[in-house]
Amino acid sequence: MKRVLILLLAILFALPALAVDPSEMLKDPALEARAREIGQALRCVVCQNQSIDDSAAEVARDMRRAVRERLTAGDSDAQVFDFMVARYGDYVLLKPPFKLGTLVLWLGAPMLLLIAASAIMLTALRRRATAPLPPLSDEERERLRSLLGR
Amino acid sequence: MSRRLLFLLPLATLALMAGFFAWSLMAGRDPASIGSVMVGRPAPKLDLRALREGDKPLTDALLRTGKPTIVNFFASWCTPCLAEHPLFTRLAQRDGAVIIGIAWKNKPEEARAWLAKLGDPFLYAGQDFDGRTGIDWGLSGVPETYLIDGNGIVRFHFRGPITEKDVRDTILPFLKGGKP
Repeated sequence: MKRVLILLLAILFALPALAVDPSEMLKDPALEARAREIGQALRCVVCQNQSIDDSAAEVARDMRRAVRERLTAGDSDAQVFDFMVARYGDYVLLKPPFKLGTLVLWLGAPMLLLIAASAIMLTALRRRATAPLPPLSDEERERLRSLLGR
Repeated sequence: MSRRLLFLLPLATLALMAGFFAWSLMAGRDPASIGSVMVGRPAPKLDLRALREGDKPLTDALLRTGKPTIVNFFASWCTPCLAEHPLFTRLAQRDGAVIIGIAWKNKPEEARAWLAKLGDPFLYAGQDFDGRTGIDWGLSGVPETYLIDGNGIVRFHFRGPITEKDVRDTILPFLKGGKP
């Protein structure tokens, strides 16, 4: 039981291995932390949906170095992102920017949800709005009784 | 809404998706293409040591000579580079193209040996051993090729090896002065 628990805990707290190797890291922990945050938001341009921090590709390594060089030179995070976008386009951002070309991407799903929710609401409202049936007339009640055989 | 019309909804969805897939297949759209933001902008900076011993370093001035220039990133360890190499040789010899070769992440002696073996189509050759110039050029790997006009504006960016078709449809018309 204890062994299983230890195994479970190990799996639970295991962190994904990063491609960043110690020789690349900056001495200043604050700067390195920023580099990590940026690295995780930048897409490796030769990989399928991997950040440059997760990728062992040559170009990802160069991009990580470029990020650290920009930060060391005193760039803000936004300036580092701009630096990469100027070279690799919006593609390099794992989180696409909000603009005209990405409107459907950002708003498509919420819009669909809104449309579906309003359709359901409308149907429900209409169902409730239907007037209650008028009571049976004497004639109908007579017929019903004869049909039921009473 | 009429209830019967509602039955058409799945059919309409199917038609929409089929239309999109058909368009994707036929429009020659490549979802793996990451495009290039370099096109239409001034070529990034060029400041490299020469690959061949005794040559002058490569500078920005080489990209603003008034003549269209081809910039090719290659490496001796790269197989697609081997495949496209004869096309550059022909472009240099037959068509008199100005080609700048940049050995990317390649030991200079290995790049030199590769060119000695296969022939050297480069009027100028530089070395980008650490890949810094590659980042500045928005390079994703080798081979990649840029067409730069006489004013130093990038007009075309090929990711991957160039083909016979690229030479015929894009590079030769570009060298003759037309925009590709």
